[in-house]
Amino acid sequence: MADSAWIPSIAPAVSTQTSASRHTVLVRVTHWITTLCFFALLVTGIEILISHPRFYWGEVGNALTPSLFDIPIPASRGAVKTGYSFVLPDQNGWSRSLHFQAGWLMVFTGFLYVVSGLYAGHFRKTLLPAKSDLSRRVLWREIGNHLRFKPPSAAEAWSYNILQRLTYLLVIFVLFPLIIWTGLAMSPAFTSAFPAAVNVFGGQQSARTIHFFVTLFLVLFLLVHILMVCLAGFKSRMRAMITGRVDALKEQS
Amino acid sequence: MSNPSRRKLITAGLAATAGASGIAVAAKLADQYGLIPPDHGGIYGPGQTLTYAAHRLLTHNSLAREFPRSQISNPAYVNGKPPKDEVFTRLQAGGFADWRLTVDGMVARPASFSVRELKSYPSSTQITHLACEEGWSFIAEWTGVPLSHVLNLVGILPQAKYVVFLTIQRRWWGSVDMEDALHPQTLITYGMNGGNLPAGNGGPLRLRVPRQLGYKSLKYITHMTVTDSVKGFGKGLGASSPEGGYAWYAGI
Repeated sequence: MADSAWIPSIAPAVSTQTSASRHTVLVRVTHWITTLCFFALLVTGIEILISHPRFYWGEVGNALTPSLFDIPIPASRGAVKTGYSFVLPDQNGWSRSLHFQAGWLMVFTGFLYVVSGLYAGHFRKTLLPAKSDLSRRVLWREIGNHLRFKPPSAAEAWSYNILQRLTYLLVIFVLFPLIIWTGLAMSPAFTSAFPAAVNVFGGQQSARTIHFFVTLFLVLFLLVHILMVCLAGFKSRMRAMITGRVDALKEQS
Repeated sequence: MSNPSRRKLITAGLAATAGASGIAVAAKLADQYGLIPPDHGGIYGPGQTLTYAAHRLLTHNSLAREFPRSQISNPAYVNGKPPKDEVFTRLQAGGFADWRLTVDGMVARPASFSVRELKSYPSSTQITHLACEEGWSFIAEWTGVPLSHVLNLVGILPQAKYVVFLTIQRRWWGSVDMEDALHPQTLITYGMNGGNLPAGNGGPLRLRVPRQLGYKSLKYITHMTVTDSVKGFGKGLGASSPEGGYAWYAGI
């Protein structure tokens, strides 16, 4: 109710919501579990990557085939010629096990978040952009505000602007599904049951390469996300995502 | 005043009890249907178990993708070098005529096969992808005798659950469950790309499990034991790979 009744131009309405919850318990809990899983997946993903820091397109790729591109880092295995005279310590064993375990937890968490979000109308109410916001004028204004590092108004502590909405929708409904899909497409067992899952990408190595690029986009999102939290007020935004509370009066000053 | 909180407490208690008993029943059912891998313990046990159980339910009887001849990798990739010890060198010098694959355990007729004998059985050829956990891969044509054929020859007993493989390299060993052991694409491979399986690729005999990563396709196999439990082998995790942190089940 509070969501639909709220009007940005009426400032006092903001301060009356001091005791209301900015984020539901479910959003807060799933946010931090996802954060934990993401870091585990990122670190272990890098560990797995450095055992063969070369990328290919198509079905196959190995030290005897030309690569699409190489990451100019030393490897943790001797099979790849990296140009470095040393081999890094190999941490693939636990890295792979943790990668998949964190993947499972993240998938369960994401499933819970999406299903409850759809059920509660979370995406429709807080993330689906208003038609009027999709005009070129509004978009340019928001991009301009962001590029000038203009701090958000107090009202924005309670709602998302159009760029945030589009970015979150992209991350939740495009990038995360794609990283899960490309991960599954690298599985010889999964693709034995669902060959189309890998064939649409043109092969297992293509899936691996896309998995890498989606990771880059997710890391880029994370960096911008953290930057925006800092610009908007690190303490207040962290408090909102941990306790759910927003100190409206402070936001206004 | 205490009513709502008491109701909450009772609801939470009931939910917790239902959840705990649900998990207990699920674990029992999962074990009964062979959905628990040997490396289900430890901090990564939940992840290994979820992957194995999900794959066993989703990939029942599915076949690994096969490719046209034109997609065979040329040159074939060779990972690592064959053993250099005296025993292997001597067998290699003799054209592997004295290489034996012995089968024992829960079988009606324990036996020992030469490479020549294995080649005399109906063969199966597949053009499949071999992907290493490191990230590289290649496609080759593999020829061998289906493991199920050999298991039928020796007659596996009904309580059999795993086939344990030992290789000429003590540190490399492993096992597959009966679903993979009896799968039509699981081969004891002796040929590759039309010729004998090169020593660098695991010749004279290599297990081929194309629905799992390369490390499951053990090279230089010498011994098979059919068993109902892998507890008595190594640290009881079913393979050398989990002892190094890698999943026993490598379907990913």
